[in-house]
Amino acid sequence: MTKYPVNKIILFSSVDGPGNRTVIFLQGCNFDCKYCHNPETRSLCTGCGLCVPKCPVGALKKEEKDGITHVIFSPEKCVGCDTCIHTCPHDASPRIRYMTAAEAFEVIKKQMPYIRGVTVSGGECTLYPAFIRELFSLCKEASLSTFIDSNGTYDFASDPELMEVTDGVMLDIKAFSEKDHLAVTACDNKKVLENALFLAKRGKLFEVRTVVVPTLYDAEETILETGKLLKDHAGEVRYKIIAYRPMGVREAYSHYPVPEQAVLQGYAESLRKMGWRDIVII
Amino acid sequence: MRPITMERVEQTRAEILETIKSPTLTHEQKVAVMAKEADSLLEVLDLPEGLDELLNESIDTKCICDLNEGHAPVRPRYIIPDYAKFMREGSKFLQLDPPKDLFEALNSLLIFYKHVPSVTNFPVYVGALDELLEPFINDVDEETAKKLLRLFMIHVDRTVLDSFSHANIGPKPTKAGRLLLEVEAELEHAVPNITMKYDPELSDDDFTLQAIKTSLRSAKPSFANHRMFVSELGEDYVIASCYNGLKLGGGSYTLCRLILSNIAKRAESLKDFREKQLPYVMDIMARYMDARIKFEVEESGFFQNNFLAKEGFISQDKFTAMFGMVGLAECVNILMEKEGKEGRYGHSKEADDLGVAIMEQIHAFNEQHVNPYCSVTGGHFLLHAQVGISDDRDVSPGTRIPIGEEPEELLDHLKHCSLFHKYFPSGTGDIFPIDTTVHKNPEFLLDIIKGSFQDNLRYISFYASDSDVIRITGYLVKRSEIEKLRSGVAVLQDTTELGLGATNNCRIEERKVR
Repeated sequence: MTKYPVNKIILFSSVDGPGNRTVIFLQGCNFDCKYCHNPETRSLCTGCGLCVPKCPVGALKKEEKDGITHVIFSPEKCVGCDTCIHTCPHDASPRIRYMTAAEAFEVIKKQMPYIRGVTVSGGECTLYPAFIRELFSLCKEASLSTFIDSNGTYDFASDPELMEVTDGVMLDIKAFSEKDHLAVTACDNKKVLENALFLAKRGKLFEVRTVVVPTLYDAEETILETGKLLKDHAGEVRYKIIAYRPMGVREAYSHYPVPEQAVLQGYAESLRKMGWRDIVII
Repeated sequence: MRPITMERVEQTRAEILETIKSPTLTHEQKVAVMAKEADSLLEVLDLPEGLDELLNESIDTKCICDLNEGHAPVRPRYIIPDYAKFMREGSKFLQLDPPKDLFEALNSLLIFYKHVPSVTNFPVYVGALDELLEPFINDVDEETAKKLLRLFMIHVDRTVLDSFSHANIGPKPTKAGRLLLEVEAELEHAVPNITMKYDPELSDDDFTLQAIKTSLRSAKPSFANHRMFVSELGEDYVIASCYNGLKLGGGSYTLCRLILSNIAKRAESLKDFREKQLPYVMDIMARYMDARIKFEVEESGFFQNNFLAKEGFISQDKFTAMFGMVGLAECVNILMEKEGKEGRYGHSKEADDLGVAIMEQIHAFNEQHVNPYCSVTGGHFLLHAQVGISDDRDVSPGTRIPIGEEPEELLDHLKHCSLFHKYFPSGTGDIFPIDTTVHKNPEFLLDIIKGSFQDNLRYISFYASDSDVIRITGYLVKRSEIEKLRSGVAVLQDTTELGLGATNNCRIEERKVR
């Protein structure tokens, strides 16, 4: 059974889709968003071991196996001070666990009957579609709803098996124009916008969200153009407008101003005029 | 009546004078306190031998507490009038015909409330307001109905001056219930307390979500596991006072509580606690309750003369009594220490298993004890997880995990509750302050309610961590009123003083925010 890198599991979450959900965060991302507020989820550990001597409680150690250095993590010793992830020069974490989908489901089962469903997030969880397919199949057997939190780079249309077991997708629209998207993420957004329409037409787009980062890119254009692109589905899809906050952001990118509430309210008002009904500002 | 010493008379006279001169009690509060002081001079109950050294001790050693019910109970502690009968038939004594419209219904209820006694002198149950008012709600347009309900609720808050007063709504959605929730969300009152009876088959999600949103504004309603209560007490149960399940048209004669932590302190070992100390104290408390009940039924004349009984709004054969307990957490921790073990209540399986074993023992004792005046509950008392009083020190309410020691994960906290809620048909509950800046998703709490009740929780309450109205232990108080009282100003509701004591002594403001 293949094991996949799990950064963490939140047992009860109110912010990752409808109702109360258990959220599985997978490690690794194919975007490089400047404002990423959990950059330690971006990459896999290289085994360099720089974090090992920095851990104040000795929860990390280096081990050689088959000629490769690994960092071994002892969760029972960890005090959650995050020194390791702040030390890591690779945007990785030594604290990830490798789990099969069945093992992840065992953790999820403990929250029943308190949860409505499961959300898989990241990093970018669609880097591991086989994990999601298997996990969601198990969830469906247990009558749990299944949501994906994605940056929209995965070709959802090419994976009917995944769509079959997925109830909804929460999709980031980082920027609307290609130029802005490159500036924010260092990647283009052709597939992201295709996915937005594809998922909306299939009734599987639960939410689109945009992080408003003044001076980094044109958030107004992004929200209004996304609003227009999806206007036929404005009654069914939620638009979540998220204010940039510097907490957790890498130092080089933590200087952007926090947007004013009035500006965010203005974007929400424009969406309402287009027929959007479910708009959340956070 | 047994004689008392002049020394005790003089001491009580001094207390009465002090009450008269109090700068922070209102007139009504002074009258209520003086009545208790006068009552304390009576000695009429046939008290069991050994009671004195268990009852009349300081708060850190006493093993039994009778919650200031007095020496000669003039009425049952909790009275649950059948308001529906009053709406159908009116009252001869009150000279009221059955109400014919919403105006009359609300006016009649307000009159009735002023004639329902209890241990607090205010009604601890004000009715299933949605069911009582639904037949009249379409008499006027919706705006007028809401205005009338608003005035009614303001009237209750300003005249029923005690937040142990409790209204019920649900389980079915109604227009009256919806309007009452709208009004309560706007008013943010401490009185009355409200419970929504929740049943996944009967309560629709929209109505429940409205109740959840209201609870995050005004710390009420709480949510009761309707199916669980119906299975134990029948369809005609109500939730009164803090969270007490009782029979409609009945009530509770008395509520005394075992202070389990202090009983554990007396024990030499776990074995001594289980085999000697706990059985000894339970036996004396049960016989003390028997004596109180006997006086109420056979001597006080309440059930013979009060109009509530004469007109059938209550009947003595629907009354029972509540066998209470507090401090299971501290009791378990003390016994674990005495056994040289490390685990703590709420964090170790061994400690929690001991808690369950102690509850099984209390339950088994109660099933053996028979009182002739509790036939409505099979001749037995009902167990009650008492919420504590403001004098308590290092005694957690009922079976709750001590504040400051709550498990990190809400899931683990709820799983712990599910071990204990089933023992208490006459009430238990756990309280969760919610960070509403994080949780802008009422469906999150809806799922937690649904899951909790599937997992055998009985009763849960939420309030927003930044709300003015907060739930102290079972009752509600406004933070702003506590601050007034703290600064030496008299306040309207007597429960504010209890709230002030509890925030000073019981770390209410340090509860883990979820």
